[in-house]
Amino acid sequence: MGIRFDSVTVAYGNTVVLDALDLTVEPGEVMALLGPSGSGKTTALRAVAGFVRPASGRVFLGDRDVTDLPPYRRGIGMVVQQYALFPHMRVEDNVAFGLKARKVARGEIRQRVAEALDMTGMAAYARRHPRELSGGQQQRVAIARALAVRPDVLLLDEPLSALDARLRSGMLAELARLHRELPDVSILYVTHDQVEALTLADRIAVMDRARLQACGTPQELYRAPANEFTASFVGNANLLPVTVGSGGVVFGGIELKMDTAGAVAGAGATLCIRPHLIGLGDGPNRLTGTVGDIQWRGATHRLSVEVAGHVVTADVRELTDPPANGAEVTLHFAPGDASLLPAGVGHD
Amino acid sequence: MLVHSRTGKWAVWLVFLVLFLPLFALPLLVILAASFAGHWSSVLPSGFTTAHYTAATRGEALQALTTSLVTAVTASLLALAVGTWAALAAHAAPKPVRRVLDTLFVLPVAVPSVVVGLAVLVAFSQPPLLLNGTRWIVIVAHTVLVTAFAHQSVSAAITRLDPAYEQAAASLGARPSYVLWRVRLPLLLPSLSAAAGLCFALSMGELSATMMLYPPDWTPLPVLIYAATDRGALFAGSAVAVVLMTATLIVLLAVSRVRTKASYR
Repeated sequence: MGIRFDSVTVAYGNTVVLDALDLTVEPGEVMALLGPSGSGKTTALRAVAGFVRPASGRVFLGDRDVTDLPPYRRGIGMVVQQYALFPHMRVEDNVAFGLKARKVARGEIRQRVAEALDMTGMAAYARRHPRELSGGQQQRVAIARALAVRPDVLLLDEPLSALDARLRSGMLAELARLHRELPDVSILYVTHDQVEALTLADRIAVMDRARLQACGTPQELYRAPANEFTASFVGNANLLPVTVGSGGVVFGGIELKMDTAGAVAGAGATLCIRPHLIGLGDGPNRLTGTVGDIQWRGATHRLSVEVAGHVVTADVRELTDPPANGAEVTLHFAPGDASLLPAGVGHD
Repeated sequence: MLVHSRTGKWAVWLVFLVLFLPLFALPLLVILAASFAGHWSSVLPSGFTTAHYTAATRGEALQALTTSLVTAVTASLLALAVGTWAALAAHAAPKPVRRVLDTLFVLPVAVPSVVVGLAVLVAFSQPPLLLNGTRWIVIVAHTVLVTAFAHQSVSAAITRLDPAYEQAAASLGARPSYVLWRVRLPLLLPSLSAAAGLCFALSMGELSATMMLYPPDWTPLPVLIYAATDRGALFAGSAVAVVLMTATLIVLLAVSRVRTKASYR
């Protein structure tokens, strides 16, 4: 079953926290809502769950308009950042909660609880209380609890934020596996972490300032971002103000070759280039500047180079002889790796 | 106040003992000593006797103890039910309504209990609700007096309750009533039992409103203690007071055991 936002607006008093969101999540699709805090992504999820009421617009689950339905009649599964496991119930009772509330027959409850716990690898912990579990285990129980009711739609609100980095990547793989096992479940995944979104999502909806900024597959958003916010939030692109010329652009007096199709010569634009696509040394498109900062990151060095008054970030393979701060270096990138965005639209 | 040095800790303990002993513990110990005394004419009591206890645990006194226990249990359960209900309703209501309700429930604390007693007396002395002369007027007065405390402590607990629990429950398909009985009330149980204990203790010791209302066949213990001291039987009164204290403490201990079992975090 899919999810459809039809021009959903949510406001608290005079503050609009979600501005006319139009978005469709296809049946069986994983849609990540990606954005910084305050971007409206959690509000959108809570509008689907029924915990916030849109000021205008409708929310659909499948063909059903659920805008006026209370949360308990929507048939969703939800996992939140702090898990919210019921502390007075054992793991098995937590997982059985939704089934008991829906008056499922007792024999079937037992079977479905066992199934959900198996699926999340928590069968051995059925008799424990939540306080006796680690964060990662609590997370699995929360997921099992949501899956036990066999929802058509699974809402995940920053489900991995409370876990440490190592657990997070493990759980990310688990979530991907769960989705392969449950191909019909649509997942709305709210996160501020681009890695989670890029790894897990079929499509990503990038949110900022209560608005949908861009929506597309991870590859589309990464390779050809539609605007500056998307470019910088997904993959931390370098954004350089340029003037469009013929067969290239001009950045601070430096001529750079690239595809300028669709741009008007003489107009201002923003050049977008990923840090890992910039190399150190001579090449086709040269940027010469002084090193402002250099960080060793194991396999790579991150160089922050000041070029014509702008900081260009480059991730290069680990250097045996890294330049010193203040040294003059030359960077280059291939013409095909850069893309051109309209200048400064909607974001600073 | 947190003190970490060794001498500092000793000093704090010393100050605590100097202040606490005379103010809180000694008067209670004096009552305990007096309850066993035949005479008390010098510094220490003399003529050790258990006769007062023999009197304090049978006949009129035993009757009064039962009366007090029944009154306190009934009043605190009623107060807990009404107070919790009101607190839950107020929490769900819009803010102005909540404020009015909260104020309404603080009134019995703000108003002197004598006034509450008089109010109950006047209100229930005529048909259609003629309770004067029955035990119910005492129970009603106690309920009115202690509901305020029940409401306040439950209300505070509800505000502290993380809404994530009830939202998780609702998202799993549980109706509001199911969420109330299976999630919210169990999570509130520690606070509910604390409130019940408080109400019980307050009701066990209530005198001023009770004095105006109690019928001859429903004499709670505090009234008996007052009557005993009034006629000069201080030692007999002390024994009854110790019985009252002990009974209250036993119940409070039992309630606190429930609370320990019911707290999860």
